[in-house]
Amino acid sequence: MKREPVKYALLVAVALLAPLYFSGGYLMNVLVFVGINTLLVVALNLLLGFAGQISLGHAGFFGLGAYISAILTATHQVNPWLVMLIAALAVSALAFLIGFPVLKLKGHYLAMATLGLGIIIYIFFNEAVDITGGPSGFSGVPNLSIGALVFDDDVKNYYLVWSFTLVVILLAVNLSRSRIGRALRAIHDSEVAARVMGVNVRLLKVQIFALSAFISALAGSLYAHVMTFVAPASFGFHFSVELVTMVIIGGLGSVYGSLLGAALLTLLPEMLRAFQDYDIIIYGLILILATMFMPGGLVRGIPAVLAAILPKKQERG
Amino acid sequence: MLKIKNINTYYGKVHALKNVSLHLNAGEIVTLLGANGAGKTTILNTLSALTPAGSGEILFEGARIEALPPDRIVKLGICQVPEGRQVFKPLSVEDNLELGAYLRYRSREGRGAIKKDLEKVYQLFPRLLERRGQMAGTLSGGEQQMLAIGRALMARPRLLLLDEPSMGLAPLIVQEIFRVIETLRQESGTTVLLVEQNAKAALKMADRGYVMETGKVILEGVASELLENKEVQRAYLGKEKKEIWER
Ligand SMILES: Nc1ncnc2c1ncn2[C@@H]1O[C@H](COP(=O)(O)OP(=O)(O)OP(=O)(O)O)[C@@H](O)[C@H]1O
Ligand SMILES: [Mg+2]
Repeated sequence: MKREPVKYALLVAVALLAPLYFSGGYLMNVLVFVGINTLLVVALNLLLGFAGQISLGHAGFFGLGAYISAILTATHQVNPWLVMLIAALAVSALAFLIGFPVLKLKGHYLAMATLGLGIIIYIFFNEAVDITGGPSGFSGVPNLSIGALVFDDDVKNYYLVWSFTLVVILLAVNLSRSRIGRALRAIHDSEVAARVMGVNVRLLKVQIFALSAFISALAGSLYAHVMTFVAPASFGFHFSVELVTMVIIGGLGSVYGSLLGAALLTLLPEMLRAFQDYDIIIYGLILILATMFMPGGLVRGIPAVLAAILPKKQERG
Repeated sequence: MLKIKNINTYYGKVHALKNVSLHLNAGEIVTLLGANGAGKTTILNTLSALTPAGSGEILFEGARIEALPPDRIVKLGICQVPEGRQVFKPLSVEDNLELGAYLRYRSREGRGAIKKDLEKVYQLFPRLLERRGQMAGTLSGGEQQMLAIGRALMARPRLLLLDEPSMGLAPLIVQEIFRVIETLRQESGTTVLLVEQNAKAALKMADRGYVMETGKVILEGVASELLENKEVQRAYLGKEKKEIWER
């Protein structure tokens, strides 16, 4: 039997059953955010891990999705599912246009440009008080619903968010194993050689940037409806950096790694609550240790550690 | 098949190709010789549209191609094996080969044809078959060169551009690679433009040759004649200066 479908089926089973164990506890709520962050980290990993292009502005795309959903559904009462689609399309169109000039840049310069983009969007959320509510935020976003089913508690939101997350993971895994995925990894290694093979490098980079923004905006819309409240502070530079950290800790270029990275860094602060004031120090230490001892990310590091610890059964054959 | 007429190529202010003209007939192996920095790689990159020509014409089978982007050039059947191999190091051997067929996945011929070509490349280079799952970056230099050529073949080129395939390789491997180039011509009628430092081996295999110096073509002719040419012998075949002077 092939390994990929088994891995995915296992993930779906765990995701479906998790609420049996966690429902009622506050962890249920955290798991909703693990789902949202996984969407974002998978999106960023397509760009950073596969195509090798950094973005320090992804919190901006996330925020745009959230604000467009919040404003159009709360102020203008447009159908939230429709808005979700419109928001994702609009944000990816924006990314597509910005991508052409910006993705010509490389390395540090690309980091600076996307950082600037994120900051501009953040300033817009703060300053366009009439539309966004400014620094104090925007409340009264309706919950999503299908007919009589309203997604208004943690368990329902969990299933809502994770159905998106699981679909996006499946699509991303398939993409990464397709000829496009190969081309992205080729660009990462050598743009010149990729062009010689007939890959339209410039266009492909912009397309993957737009796809990444699309998924990020989707995550933003879900966030707005789950929280029913949005404020600029959630979409600042700090969060963009956190997303990059999740990609790297999880494993560059691995979709399942994205899930691990998002899960660890979302759950960790909750688990470290017990340490009170020292939590941030321990958090930092764990990050340093993880990058030192698992340079390929959790997705490659955990199996390596397990292999070292567990007795090797097959060796005697 | 290919006609380059008076092209000029610039890197910013550096005038790298000065009124270069050359041509290839279908099925020919033509070699391009010249010292370091003469502009050999620049000619290939201009053909592949990586560094487009500033002026001049390039005709491929009668059609102007100097303004086309690189992917269109590949689609037309011109594929380059770049200098220094440039295999995709973190990807497996097979992924590298499949990337060579990147533009063919959407065409009508279907995946079956690509699979068949993959088999053909493995027949040509059995070592690649043994290492199909290995990361390309961990191959030896010679194997990487085979992979780079195999990858280009996956695009089904009618014109193959080879940039110093013998660079840094042991004589035996060089022989093997040159043998493959000849096989290609015989079996598939592939036209080859071969840039080489190894002038002797290249001229022995080629039908014709061009010699470049500082961005200009200074000599052209039938390969066997170039082999006998004193200027070529002195500059590229390593005959001692004394030996030539004494004549
Ligand atoms: N990217 C670049 N920017 C500026 N100048 C360049 C660039 N690439 C090549 N040149 C210059 O163009 C000239 C021709 O270079 P080219 O690489 O075509 O030489 P070559 O004949 O392939 O040499 P070699 O045998 O060393 O590979 C050289 O003088 C080189 O310095
Ligand atoms: Mg060169």
